[in-house]
Amino acid sequence: MNSSSALINALFIFVLAGFIGFEVIRRVSPLLHTPLMSLTNALDAIAVVGAIVLVGEHKSTLSTVFGFIAVVAATSNIVGGFFITDRMLKMFKSSRPAAKPAAPSVEK
Amino acid sequence: MTAEIMTAEPGAIQILIELLYLIASVLFILSLKWMSSPTTARHGIWAGEIGMVLAIGGTLLRQGMDYRLIATGLVLGTIIGIPLGNVAMTAVPQRTALSHAFGALCVTLVGSAEFYLRTPEISPFMMSVLSLEVILGALTVTGSLMAAGKLQEILPQRPLTYKGQNLVNFLLLACALAIAITLVLHPGERSLFPIMILIALSFGVLLIIPIGGADMPTVISLLNGYAGLSAAAMGFVLNSKLLIIAGALDGSSGLILSIIMSKAMNRSFTNVLFGAFGQVQTSHGAGEEAKPVRSATPEEAAAILSGANRVIVVPGYGMAVAQAQHKVRELYDALTKRGVDVRFAIHPVAGRMPGHMNVLLAEANIPYDRLIEMEEINGDFPQTDVALVIGANDVTNPAARTDTTSPIYGMPILDVDKAHTVMVIKRSMNPGFAGIDNPLYYLDNNLMLFGDAKAFVGNIVRELGGGHG
Repeated sequence: MNSSSALINALFIFVLAGFIGFEVIRRVSPLLHTPLMSLTNALDAIAVVGAIVLVGEHKSTLSTVFGFIAVVAATSNIVGGFFITDRMLKMFKSSRPAAKPAAPSVEK
Repeated sequence: MTAEIMTAEPGAIQILIELLYLIASVLFILSLKWMSSPTTARHGIWAGEIGMVLAIGGTLLRQGMDYRLIATGLVLGTIIGIPLGNVAMTAVPQRTALSHAFGALCVTLVGSAEFYLRTPEISPFMMSVLSLEVILGALTVTGSLMAAGKLQEILPQRPLTYKGQNLVNFLLLACALAIAITLVLHPGERSLFPIMILIALSFGVLLIIPIGGADMPTVISLLNGYAGLSAAAMGFVLNSKLLIIAGALDGSSGLILSIIMSKAMNRSFTNVLFGAFGQVQTSHGAGEEAKPVRSATPEEAAAILSGANRVIVVPGYGMAVAQAQHKVRELYDALTKRGVDVRFAIHPVAGRMPGHMNVLLAEANIPYDRLIEMEEINGDFPQTDVALVIGANDVTNPAARTDTTSPIYGMPILDVDKAHTVMVIKRSMNPGFAGIDNPLYYLDNNLMLFGDAKAFVGNIVRELGGGHG
């Protein structure tokens, strides 16, 4: 698993994803920089998958406790991050008359 | 279909999980791509949410998991996350800093757990990446908590500097790196690991101590970048492509925003990277005292505004502090009704985080196509009748263009002084956060409107006859 080819693969992915990130995020309107940050924050909390595995596999008390706190911290970022990004984006309206009033969101 | 997968060879579930991770990665990239415009941005959230659900669902497919504890953690996290998603828009900067801390906490804890599970049989490369993960993670945890504390005004906002500060920080970081190298060479020395974490935690605190409020947009972006990079390092440790991709996306987002912010404050990127903040705070002499300024009453201001054809409003953090954005919206309505063209000029570092002003004005229902970036609107000031500055100071200081001795010389500013009339709402003649005198206030075309931003704008609106009390 930790062979050097796995490492090279990981490096390829990191560098290419970094390029995609730069190209995509360069195009984000400065209007939306605050919601961009809360969205990337929520996406970054995908680290929760690593924490879930730690908790689920229950290999040692320490790893389970650390994993559990990590699951809580990351989940709060996922929920809070998506929720506030959605609230912010709903507020951005054009001066052209709005088609319909935004319905109150109950998701998540 | 699911039954088939369950009965297939053990590798099949693994392949399914990896495919779900691949779809999640694509959705994450699309999610950021759709943030390019306010019209598609909400699709971006849905893409991100679906990707997240697929990734977590895929992870739960792994066999032999203790689901009860996982579910407890997910529920507890949701309970904490809902109020964090529900804060007031003015509190978004501190909420963002807090969530950087949570994200980094997750990464640091997972990294630490992996260290104790894997050592001493760990390859030198894996140990290097793991060290990088926990050092970056730990310093982001305390650094972000400090930033959140300053933004929430639990901690003093004033930058704290002392002699040899950079040397102390540098030595601390060097110690942490030395321990990391020792651990790479001798992974059996487990007792060194907590020391390395403690050093990284204290480094995070010391890094933010010299930061003042005006530097917060850069710092929050930088912490965002650190959180992303530490998550990517965690992806290397866990051999998770999804995590590497998400971390790289978040890291590049944070770094791009830091670059934009540091450019907008005329700092070099390396200057920001190494946390050499606070140096701009050195005040620029006492200056000559009691230079004459002209001031105006709300009635006079209303008369000038209603006689104008083109008005540009320049909002700053002071508007957010005074909670004046809703009164500003009333002013916008009253002037627009009279046929005045009103636009808003947004400096990249106005407020306490990137894009802060846009969110506050959007919350007050000001259409986003009226919010114009600095580069786009700067050429329009000479044809503008009135530039109304509300709670902004340094980003309008013409000394940045002309005075080579000024600490902010070279910083791109909004050229409000080129408008026919400038009106500045300000509590008093006290200098701004950076403690720099603003020659704008002594210009012939400048009028000071002394008072609280919310009350003063409210009074102007009442004079214009468009107020709601």
